[in-house]
Amino acid sequence: MSHLDLLTFARGSALNWALMIFVAGVVLRLFEILGLGRKADLAKPRTDSPGSGWRTIFTRSLPAEGMLKRDPVTYIGGYVFHLGLLLTIFFSAAHIEFFHGMLGLSWPSLPSALIDTSVVAAMIALVMLLAHRLSNPVKRSLSGFGDYLAWTLTLLPLLTGYLAYHHLLFEYTLMLALHLFSVELLLVMLPFTKLFHTFSVFISRWYNGDIFGRKGTAS
Amino acid sequence: MKRIDHPDVTHGTVGEGLAQRGISRREFLEFCAAVTAMLALPPAMAGMVAESISRAKRQSVIWLSFQECTGCTESFTRSHSPTLENLIFDLISLDYHHTLQAASAEAAEHARLQSMKDNEGKYLLVVDGSIPMGNPGFSTIAGISNHDMLVETAKGAAAIVAVGTCAAFGGLPKADPNPTGAVSVGDIIKDKPIINVPGCPPIPVVMTGVLVHFLTFGSIPELDDLGRPKSFYGETIHDRCYRRPFYDQGKFAETFDDEGARKGWCLFKLGCKGPVTYNACATTKWNDGTSFPIQSGHGCIGCSESNFWDAGPLYKALSMPVSASSAMMGAAAAAGVATGVAITWHNRSTKASAKAAHEQVTTKDLVREKP
Repeated sequence: MSHLDLLTFARGSALNWALMIFVAGVVLRLFEILGLGRKADLAKPRTDSPGSGWRTIFTRSLPAEGMLKRDPVTYIGGYVFHLGLLLTIFFSAAHIEFFHGMLGLSWPSLPSALIDTSVVAAMIALVMLLAHRLSNPVKRSLSGFGDYLAWTLTLLPLLTGYLAYHHLLFEYTLMLALHLFSVELLLVMLPFTKLFHTFSVFISRWYNGDIFGRKGTAS
Repeated sequence: MKRIDHPDVTHGTVGEGLAQRGISRREFLEFCAAVTAMLALPPAMAGMVAESISRAKRQSVIWLSFQECTGCTESFTRSHSPTLENLIFDLISLDYHHTLQAASAEAAEHARLQSMKDNEGKYLLVVDGSIPMGNPGFSTIAGISNHDMLVETAKGAAAIVAVGTCAAFGGLPKADPNPTGAVSVGDIIKDKPIINVPGCPPIPVVMTGVLVHFLTFGSIPELDDLGRPKSFYGETIHDRCYRRPFYDQGKFAETFDDEGARKGWCLFKLGCKGPVTYNACATTKWNDGTSFPIQSGHGCIGCSESNFWDAGPLYKALSMPVSASSAMMGAAAAAGVATGVAITWHNRSTKASAKAAHEQVTTKDLVREKP
């Protein structure tokens, strides 16, 4: 099997299965979470904080007062990583073509040099965050296998994409195939790991904001 | 053709042939310098290359054509004549080639057998076209199946050059569903050095380069893991493409006749396979260095790669899925909904049965622990 054959498999059947598992998994998990339901809140809701749920979606993205100073690595690292990842996924020309192929939608891309910077920034942030997670006793004792798994699954596509673009480690076609495989691994695992926060984070933020608003303790 | 007498050329050599054809020493050295550069050899070796080629006896070549379209032969013989490349070709002793030889039938086969006998262990075997393994009758020459003729002729060859993607990798005949059971030369012959010169067709100068290397060093050039000479197949079309800066700037042609296409922007979005195709088109170009597909406005189709024909649609960008469809995603979502409903039902019934099984606990149930 030549490298091109491997790439064709990665772009073909392997991708089809990964995408199908991803879509089915996301739908299934959303059903599972939302289907659990909540008991009816019989208490009369407080009215002093309307729209608390929606507001919380945004306010939780900002550090609470004094927290940025207390834990700059987590906050800044988190911002840099998420922003870098977002720019890379949605604004690389090659990635936009992927979405174009899947959804028929297309939008302007960013120059390769900028995407390259985003990838490097995201990877540095990931490494810093891992170092912090391991060195900070509180974070370390809060971390389990799922956290390290999520970290690895996220780093691999970034790393393989970077190596492929710069023609490092392996020959380009093979590296590109490995990049796709790493993305496929991420897609398959995402619905069933902590990475599902991609979909659940705003739902849970809304719920928290709303329930606290109703109880009069809105953030 | 003008005849020039050169007192310093030996009878029966390539040098003599060139001199007879009116090729000056200067022209010949220029050619050798160019080929030396293309073979990625040190510039100082140009003199040695010239010397070796001049003194080389005319190399006996047997050319076998199997399941092919003659495009490879067309490429070599008509690409940009008359040039030194062509003359070098004239100066090999092409002892057998269906399309080019004058002899036919018994006489043609006799020429092949005679050459094999006379040059045992020394002749170069060139093959274009794939070999059908499904049924020997799919392709025969003088009643001999392609497989048998290849095995028979390869036995006494010094080396084999698999010219074109069909001979090198199976090519178009091997494309899914491969009705003839086509295979490459390398799939059958395992005990001879094989140089793959893929392309549909390959660049003529690659063939000349391989020949020059063979005449100069008596060996085959350094090959990559697909058996291709590294000096010509060492880099991708994309990395050597003059449109590469547009890729990096994010400037793409979206259709074949939009403003981007007219301005000569990158053809990645139109399905160009340049990033995964190793060949020298972007540097040596075609038709005497005139142009190459991307320069004429069409993306690379990746013809020098194995199984390129089955490597996804030609006009889909490399980063697009080959076959994923919205129907697949719809089916997956439906499966997700069905499983989700089942899990929700299970969770709710667990909750309900827990509720039903719930027993009121009162202080009477408390048991004081014994001290």
